Amino acid sequence: MQHIVDEMHQLQARRRFLTTTGMGLGTTVMSSLTSATATAAGPSLPSGIDHVIFLFMAGAPSQLDLFDPKPQLAKMFKQPLPESVSNGQRVTAMTRGATQLIAPSMFRFSPQGESGLEMCELLPHLSKKADDLCVIRSMNTNAINHDPAKTFFCTGAEIPGKPSMGAWLSYGLGSMNRDLPDFVVLTSAFWTGGTRNVQALYSRLWGSGFLPSRHQGAAFQVAGDPVLYLSNPAGVDRDVRRRMLDAMQRMNQQHLQEVGDPEIRTTIAQQEMAFRMQASVPELTEIADEPQHVFDLYGSEVQKPGSYARNCLLARRMVERGVRFVQLFHRGWDHHNILPQQLRGQCFDVDQPSAALIEDLRQRGLLDRTMIVFAGEFGRTVYGQGKLERDDYGRDHHPRCFSAWAAGGGVRGGMSYGQTDDFSYNVAENPVAVRDLHATMLHQLGVDHRRLTFPFQGLDQRLTGVEEARVVHQILS
Amino acid sequence: MLSWIRVTLVLLLASVSLAEDKVDFNRDVRPLLSGHCFQCHGPDEQERQGELRLDQFDGAQGAQGAIVPGAIDQSELWTRINATDDRQMPPADSDVPPLTSDQKDVLKRWIEQGGRYAEFWSFVPPQSAATEPVSDARWNQSRIDQLVYQRLREQGMQPSVEADRRTLIRRLSLDLTGLPPTRTEIRSFLDDDSDQAYERVVDRLLNSPHYGEHMARYWLDLVRFADTNGIHHDHLRDFSPYRAWVIRAFNDNLPWSEFAQYQLAGDLYEDASRDQQIASGFNRLHLIIDRGTALPEESYTRNVIDRVTAVGTAFLGLTVQCAVCHDHKYDPITARDFYRLFAFFNNFDGEPETGGRQGSDFRRGLQPPYIRLDTAEQAQELQQLDTQLSALDQQLKALREDVRKAAGDAKSLKQDQLRKVESERAEVSTKRTALDDSIPAAMVMRERAERRPAWILKRGQYDQPGEEVLPGTPGFLPSLPREEDSVQTRMDFAKWVVDRGNPLTARVAVNRFWQQLFGVGIVRTSEDFGSQGEWPSHPELLDELAVSFMESGWDVRQLMKSLVMSQTYRQSSAVSAEQYAADPENRMLSRGSRYRLDAEVIRDQILASSGLLNRELYGRSVRPPQPAGLWETVIMPSSYPKTYAADEGRAILRRSLYTFWKRGMPPPQMTILNAPTRESCIARRERTNTPLQALLLLNEPEYLRAARHLSAGLLKEGSDSDDARLSILYETITAREPNERTLTVLRDSLSDLRKIYSADRELTEQLCAGVDLPDQTARVELAAWTMTASAIYNLDLTRNRE
Repeated sequence: MQHIVDEMHQLQARRRFLTTTGMGLGTTVMSSLTSATATAAGPSLPSGIDHVIFLFMAGAPSQLDLFDPKPQLAKMFKQPLPESVSNGQRVTAMTRGATQLIAPSMFRFSPQGESGLEMCELLPHLSKKADDLCVIRSMNTNAINHDPAKTFFCTGAEIPGKPSMGAWLSYGLGSMNRDLPDFVVLTSAFWTGGTRNVQALYSRLWGSGFLPSRHQGAAFQVAGDPVLYLSNPAGVDRDVRRRMLDAMQRMNQQHLQEVGDPEIRTTIAQQEMAFRMQASVPELTEIADEPQHVFDLYGSEVQKPGSYARNCLLARRMVERGVRFVQLFHRGWDHHNILPQQLRGQCFDVDQPSAALIEDLRQRGLLDRTMIVFAGEFGRTVYGQGKLERDDYGRDHHPRCFSAWAAGGGVRGGMSYGQTDDFSYNVAENPVAVRDLHATMLHQLGVDHRRLTFPFQGLDQRLTGVEEARVVHQILS
Repeated sequence: MLSWIRVTLVLLLASVSLAEDKVDFNRDVRPLLSGHCFQCHGPDEQERQGELRLDQFDGAQGAQGAIVPGAIDQSELWTRINATDDRQMPPADSDVPPLTSDQKDVLKRWIEQGGRYAEFWSFVPPQSAATEPVSDARWNQSRIDQLVYQRLREQGMQPSVEADRRTLIRRLSLDLTGLPPTRTEIRSFLDDDSDQAYERVVDRLLNSPHYGEHMARYWLDLVRFADTNGIHHDHLRDFSPYRAWVIRAFNDNLPWSEFAQYQLAGDLYEDASRDQQIASGFNRLHLIIDRGTALPEESYTRNVIDRVTAVGTAFLGLTVQCAVCHDHKYDPITARDFYRLFAFFNNFDGEPETGGRQGSDFRRGLQPPYIRLDTAEQAQELQQLDTQLSALDQQLKALREDVRKAAGDAKSLKQDQLRKVESERAEVSTKRTALDDSIPAAMVMRERAERRPAWILKRGQYDQPGEEVLPGTPGFLPSLPREEDSVQTRMDFAKWVVDRGNPLTARVAVNRFWQQLFGVGIVRTSEDFGSQGEWPSHPELLDELAVSFMESGWDVRQLMKSLVMSQTYRQSSAVSAEQYAADPENRMLSRGSRYRLDAEVIRDQILASSGLLNRELYGRSVRPPQPAGLWETVIMPSSYPKTYAADEGRAILRRSLYTFWKRGMPPPQMTILNAPTRESCIARRERTNTPLQALLLLNEPEYLRAARHLSAGLLKEGSDSDDARLSILYETITAREPNERTLTVLRDSLSDLRKIYSADRELTEQLCAGVDLPDQTARVELAAWTMTASAIYNLDLTRNRE
């Protein structure tokens, strides 16, 4: 137990170090911190929440149809978007040169909860959680295409090669548990909104970039081993493995005595951790021990491995076990056409489980320590793409404004923040750049985004990049 | 507790304490100014505050305004860094860390000693160092050793003894070929009593075809070589001929100057050879988006920036890309410099995005311009088919005319003839397409006839052109004499890169080769020789190596030989606790370096030592088995290829540098062990030690299969005593002999494993599935030996280069 307390102190000191001094941790220093530094059962930290669950909606959901109501547009169906609004902004190669005709949302919004937050009819479960949600309507980004925009959201830069959000957190805050990775990625294996126009993911979205690779996200697999190479191969059982590890440990110890390289000690420790993970990971992903009322909360889809609902439940189990950052990827939001039909399917996937996740965390006393963020890489255009009917339309990519929501982890519920113009085309008030959201997340975790740095290519690199980022205090309680 | 903070402080102090006597501007002062002042008082005009730049002394805004040489009290800089009010520098509310008292002391002594600026070390051409004989005769054989020895003595340190022969041959084999020595090779080295024994091993390895493969692998990281386009759909993109060329270039010992020049401008030679053209494919290795969503003009600009970035990292060791949006904050690279470099690479004659989804090019992962790499026979055959086709076309033309003119029976006769010839033509045409498809092709660089103008792009935006610029080399580096009035070409640039007067190219190259053999470069930041990079641990040695490298005619093999022949290289890597604490990374080279092998070497070592390795050279990328479903989590429905279909047979046993590399999801056997994704240029890999690595090496089914293959062979032949077999097994995998303690552990383990497997028939059968064995006893034997082999493969010493 004593070592856990010591390690806890170390972790606290590290957090203080990051918040009070201007120094990033060099690789030499970090590589000496080889094992887990505290358990979830340890004392809570002096400041800051402990976890983030990031629900990433790859493909970019339409803010106009889900979070940013513009009822007055109904009267402007098929009218050209005024040029004073679009102002010659660039468009994608897909709609370049096409006339920009307004496609009003066909979905109804209504005030919900005590706060009266306007919620969309496609999100009945989340509507019941309106008082927990902070909808940010003034998100904006630069890139107009999926790949750079996703890379930007997940790593703070459009050009590949930078560490991802979770990698930065793992690097800066260290581990809270001895048997699991700091950063886990869960991708949905299927989605209901249709499979045409599904956008690719890239392992760089959860990569460690120039940070040591042990900070990279561990992408759990739906089929086979949840963690790559977790299972013993055929013909090897736990007895054999234990016997083999014992022999290895003795030989490694002998060699350590001969050559003196302390890195050998790390190898021994990591082989033992691997052995423990062979037990702890299946314990984590095996959900049979959950009571029925929890299954009911997430809905019937939770029974299907690889579903968004299952991944939400797994995210909660991970947070419970001290995983610091869990990122879900749900694809299928790139609705260039037949948007209403596809959007219904996507909302079926995410509405109930997202609401359940909030509730489940609250019931376990984890919501205050866990920030949930729901966002795609950009928004969608007010003008239609393809067929344009009242109840059948599509929308192109739109980086100038989009919506995200956050809940828990010290975020104020029952509010919206920021405003767009009458067409949800430009941000009209209180813009929130992606880096601002990053800075706010880090702030909640007790880390000053300007101090979380790593020297690479001659710069003290940071998640929020070189441009000024601000913590959005207005959304925090 | 908190020991890591102390470590940090020790590291910081270490760099300062070197400067006890005379302050060296480049070594001691520039890093401080760069880290604490340049952000606002550096080369970047737009960010500059208070009309003061501290990166140079002269000039209206130069440091002369803040520093009075020799007079600390009159120096504003000194006043400001000691202020505690709002005049304090760096400002308390900035992101910049404050200066420590030791750092201030360095600045104080520097000003007192005259406050002299020096040109940045790496921007001045290297000079050969004067060396003096050292007291230890063994360390007097080469200038490398003399310089290392001198430095050690300066630090009050001693070199280590030479490593034993087993360690040396394993080290040499892994370092020069990426493959372990065989037992026969070990035996012949041990038995060779001559003075040339070591050199003989070195020469044998340097002349092995696997040397080129191993050297190529490092280069492939640097140029982000991969098999997919890396953005959006992440489609197939086949550069395998380029990889083959790199391997051949090292094996043929192509001078480094030409290695560089071919890649930068191979297409611009008069009558460029096939190799020169293939090499120019370097300019095509950048990430490239496939057509459909992005704006082509933007994609074009992105590609050029990526290309120039690669040139900066791979050849010059400069982070030129920092000047895409603004003047570099730390190095004297202006945005103008960047876009003048950009202008050299801005004239690509081809599409900025990869092609549509139809056609043979798409299927083959090709995009024009490319050259066909046909053999003489294939060329001849193609020509024959072409001749045949044009003859048939003539016939068809005539027949059609006949049909048009003829009537009645004659007409239908002619129509029959026409149909026959048409089908014959279709057949020949199909044959030609098939032949054409089977011929490898190499994507190459090609210039447009008319030069595409280049501008300084404001904030790096493709649609915000500013002032137009002509191609040119950066202003802060020595320029080349050139003919007046002619616009410089990419070939001029290539010549400038490998000119003897270029201060960077040779230093950057030798530093990387050094890093390859010693684990850490003389300049640790091998990708950055600018002012934010690290000061070299042995500046004279680096210069000595760079100069002799150039003087040798850029002879890479000779350089590698001189490095591995050195006493410095041959030291034992054993370390005491005190030695380790004093220099954990072995920067002073008082011992041999010990570090974890790269992913590819670990896998290749398993394949080679188990006897499974397929040693075939070159060719298309191959797909060894990987866990199912990995690609499915990332691909798009129309990505090509879409599923990972593992190869079978000997193909999966090829060296790892031939493994198919999808940038969106590279092979996990590689990335788990720190291989980069090949999305950006990487000059050095991280080396971590994680539980996921332990899981990979313990559980990868192919690795276990290799252990079983090795054990099956062991049981079939040779000695039948356990001890003898254990010794052979241990030596095959580690190149060492087990000592008595190790043998005891292995014996105990083997006997326990026999018991476990004897008691579990099913488990034993699972492990032995697919191997033809007479009975259960034989299966238990194989199982117990397989797991013993696997344990040895997983030892720390096996995963490490010692």
